[in-house]
Amino acid sequence: MSERIFEGLFVDPRDLELFRVLQEGLPLESRPYSAIGARVGYSESEVIARLHEWRQSGLIKRLGVIVRHRRLGYRANAMVVWDVPDAEVSRVAGRICQYPFVTLCYRRPRKGNEWPYNLFCMIHGQDRPRVEWQIRQLINECEMSDWPTATLFSTRCFKQRGARYTPSQFVALSSLQPA
Amino acid sequence: MQGEAIHQRLLNDFQRDFPLSPTPYADIANQLGLTEQEVLTALQELMENQSISRIGAIIPPNSIGVSLLAAMSVPTDRLDKVAAWVSSLPEVNHNYEREHRFNLWFVVNANQPAQLERVLGAIEQHTGLTILRLPLLEEFHIDLGFPLEFPVSA
Repeated sequence: MSERIFEGLFVDPRDLELFRVLQEGLPLESRPYSAIGARVGYSESEVIARLHEWRQSGLIKRLGVIVRHRRLGYRANAMVVWDVPDAEVSRVAGRICQYPFVTLCYRRPRKGNEWPYNLFCMIHGQDRPRVEWQIRQLINECEMSDWPTATLFSTRCFKQRGARYTPSQFVALSSLQPA
Repeated sequence: MQGEAIHQRLLNDFQRDFPLSPTPYADIANQLGLTEQEVLTALQELMENQSISRIGAIIPPNSIGVSLLAAMSVPTDRLDKVAAWVSSLPEVNHNYEREHRFNLWFVVNANQPAQLERVLGAIEQHTGLTILRLPLLEEFHIDLGFPLEFPVSA
């Protein structure tokens, strides 16, 4: 995946500021887009147009309420990994993603004997027995029982927040734009 | 509709496709048969009891800047201290203990690959432990939000 595919979307310095402000979340007031526009020098309709564009392009994967799973009783979180033959990864991943309890699914590199796994998925559930049942369901229905696997339940969360990108990053990014 | 029912609808139905209109909260209120003020009050309550972190945007990894999933095998008697130090780094946004020989898993974000590697190098130097570097090669999941089942066991 290209790291810079979205660079062209920041056509105005105010876009960078809007992106930064957006990461703090929308304010809870009647005209939130007008309010964040006022902070970055855009009109309400300009903010809406930008967000539309970013959502269409995929820079914004989703815009909405961001829930805290743990707080809502989803306390069991498992990272499940498999060593899937390279030629099969896309097909299997496509099936795994169909299950609503799978919240993320990635391919990552194997690291020799220490870490032989290349397919990762994340499952959030209300309790451990249920998540264990869901994993068995995945393995059976997606015919994955032949491949080495490991389940890594999280036992403590030390830190969790959305990735934040700093203004210096925007400077670095914008300096790559043609003048 | 009131109280708990309002909360559940707000939590479940608006994780994506948040209205891009001048008055999104009034639009949501219309859909739910509520007033705008009722929606704003309920969202404020959900924010205060930390059921939601924000109304915001999910940005795919590596679209702006770079990130990496890192794992370390930390001796049990050092885990609390190492985990706290790793969490204190502004470049780290997720940090979990997991049941495995690799027992500490965290995500590092940076502007540029070189900066990312500097942070990883600093962590290795400070802890004396080797980091397993697991960059994202391909993302399969399309994030449609997370369907919640109610009631959840508290």
